[in-house]
Amino acid sequence: MRGRRNWLGAYAALVFGFLYLPVFILVVLSFNSSRTSAIWKGFTLDWYVRLLHNRLLWEAVQNSLIIATATAVIATTLGTAAALALHRRQVRGRLWVEGLLYLPLVLPDIVLGVGALVLFTALGIQLGLGTMLAAHVGTSISYVVLVLRARLSDMDERLEEAARDLGATPWQTIRHVTLPLLAPGILAAVLLSFTLSLDDFILSFFTAGPGSTTLPLRVYGMMKTGLTPEVNALSTVMLLVTAVATTLFQRLTQNRIF
Amino acid sequence: MHKRVGLAAATVLLAALALSGCSSGSTSMASDLPRPERDPGVDMSRLSGELNVFTWTEYLPQSVITEFEQLYGVRVNYDTYSSNEEMHAKLKAGASGYDIIIPEIYMVKVLQREGLLEQIDHANVPNLKNIDSRFRGLEHDPNNDYSVPYVWGTTGIVVNKEKIDPDQIKSWDDLWNPEFAGKLVVPDDAREMVGIALRTMGYGLNTTDPEALEAAKEKLKALKPNVKAFNSDSPKDLLLGGEVWGGVVWSGEAALVMRESDEFEWIIPPEGVTIWIDHVAIPKDAPHKYTAEVFINFLLDPLVSARISAAYPYGNPNKAAEPYISAEDLANKAINPPAEWLEKAESLDDLGDEMNQIYDKIWTEVKG
Repeated sequence: MRGRRNWLGAYAALVFGFLYLPVFILVVLSFNSSRTSAIWKGFTLDWYVRLLHNRLLWEAVQNSLIIATATAVIATTLGTAAALALHRRQVRGRLWVEGLLYLPLVLPDIVLGVGALVLFTALGIQLGLGTMLAAHVGTSISYVVLVLRARLSDMDERLEEAARDLGATPWQTIRHVTLPLLAPGILAAVLLSFTLSLDDFILSFFTAGPGSTTLPLRVYGMMKTGLTPEVNALSTVMLLVTAVATTLFQRLTQNRIF
Repeated sequence: MHKRVGLAAATVLLAALALSGCSSGSTSMASDLPRPERDPGVDMSRLSGELNVFTWTEYLPQSVITEFEQLYGVRVNYDTYSSNEEMHAKLKAGASGYDIIIPEIYMVKVLQREGLLEQIDHANVPNLKNIDSRFRGLEHDPNNDYSVPYVWGTTGIVVNKEKIDPDQIKSWDDLWNPEFAGKLVVPDDAREMVGIALRTMGYGLNTTDPEALEAAKEKLKALKPNVKAFNSDSPKDLLLGGEVWGGVVWSGEAALVMRESDEFEWIIPPEGVTIWIDHVAIPKDAPHKYTAEVFINFLLDPLVSARISAAYPYGNPNKAAEPYISAEDLANKAINPPAEWLEKAESLDDLGDEMNQIYDKIWTEVKG
């Protein structure tokens, strides 16, 4: 029994080590005064200072956040509506609609990216933040619908029927019964589409235009000429921000029903 | 408890950042250079509000961009690519909206052949005269109608003097010396490496002769025991970390290594070397052509050009900028090799898809 527990412990340590060791090294190297990662030359905060003054990186962060926020809002709104419609009504050709909605989940991003690029170019639309947003929203909707359909199938429909019995208008039912019940699903969908958009490289790569370089694109561009510890510093800051946000979020949600 | 510790740590770090940010705000090199002034010849009413620059990262220092923005009231959007091909693909797709690109000579040729470049109005770029005559009017663009030299570099040999005596490297063939078994780094780049093998046998860099290529393949296979790593992106880590004694690297990487440590020396063997010269150009149908020309002229200003050299370790074709470049960089042979070392320098040509595949296949076989 004890032997097995030790073995499991070691296994867990290996898994966590594999997951977090690279992150740890990345953080440590953000304080390395050498420009290259090969040698440790001493502790410095220089990279953080330079990061503060690196407008290009901040612009990229800004673009990433704009796109991710807009994607989360638009995709969740449209996706929730679509999920409700598909759940509630006998939509004609529903199987087709569902199939088409879920297709982007299995299609490689590169196909979607090239497709979007060809479409925008054929229509003569200037590439930029707008085209990138359209591509991100287009693919995120599938995930939103997937998450919300799962939530909807768990929902007790009798609650809505009860609301209507008690004289609520359809809008009141949605506003006061359906949406609150769906809230955890909606929140999950917002977070998922936000993260997917923030992480996305391939779709952004194809649909980017002047002034719309996002963080993943910028870091990729730095690979060939200038991958400096500034990127490590930025990653460390983002890591901290995410950790703080997650902690706050957990605190806030602990007191709620979901 | 743990959460609180985490938050506290974050606060401390942010405070530290703010403090150090205040104390040492001016870490930028070359900040002691005088600032360029606004060119009175520029017609301010013709300038656009924006300029869309599409190039490599670490190619335009932020101070230069900010100065241009302040002098001319133009906002510069700086987007990046990681290869000439990537940029080419973007331009070819159309609707790109970029005003400035910085392709290498071979890509200038491709873009020009496909009609993707705008002719540069020399009346708006008088600073073209600052360019060293040996970089002006090159074969690909005899009047510099479409492209203006920006930075250049070579692919030579760097050695750690403690491990390899520079006198041991008298020609490219010396890389094959069995004493260096498992001690060299070379770029993971078919054209560069096959090119070196071709050069040791007296062929040109852009050879398409199948027999010569076959011989190059065998020659490279013989080099493999000496190769510790195929690394194009960051050989400087291996060099500075002492994992390799030397090898074939881009001059920019070598210059950075030499800026960090004086144990390294740069060598260009007499048989010749690959040279690349990136040129500033304006894509066809650029939305802000006049502003782009003003920007090119601004980049060629000696003070601006020297600032670019201080920031990045590349050769600068701008003769007029030389007095403002640091003596250390002028003496760094990776950045400024003596002119006679470049007598047999060759540019890579675009050999077409079919030939590129043959080169790639050779290289894959050598590595495998």
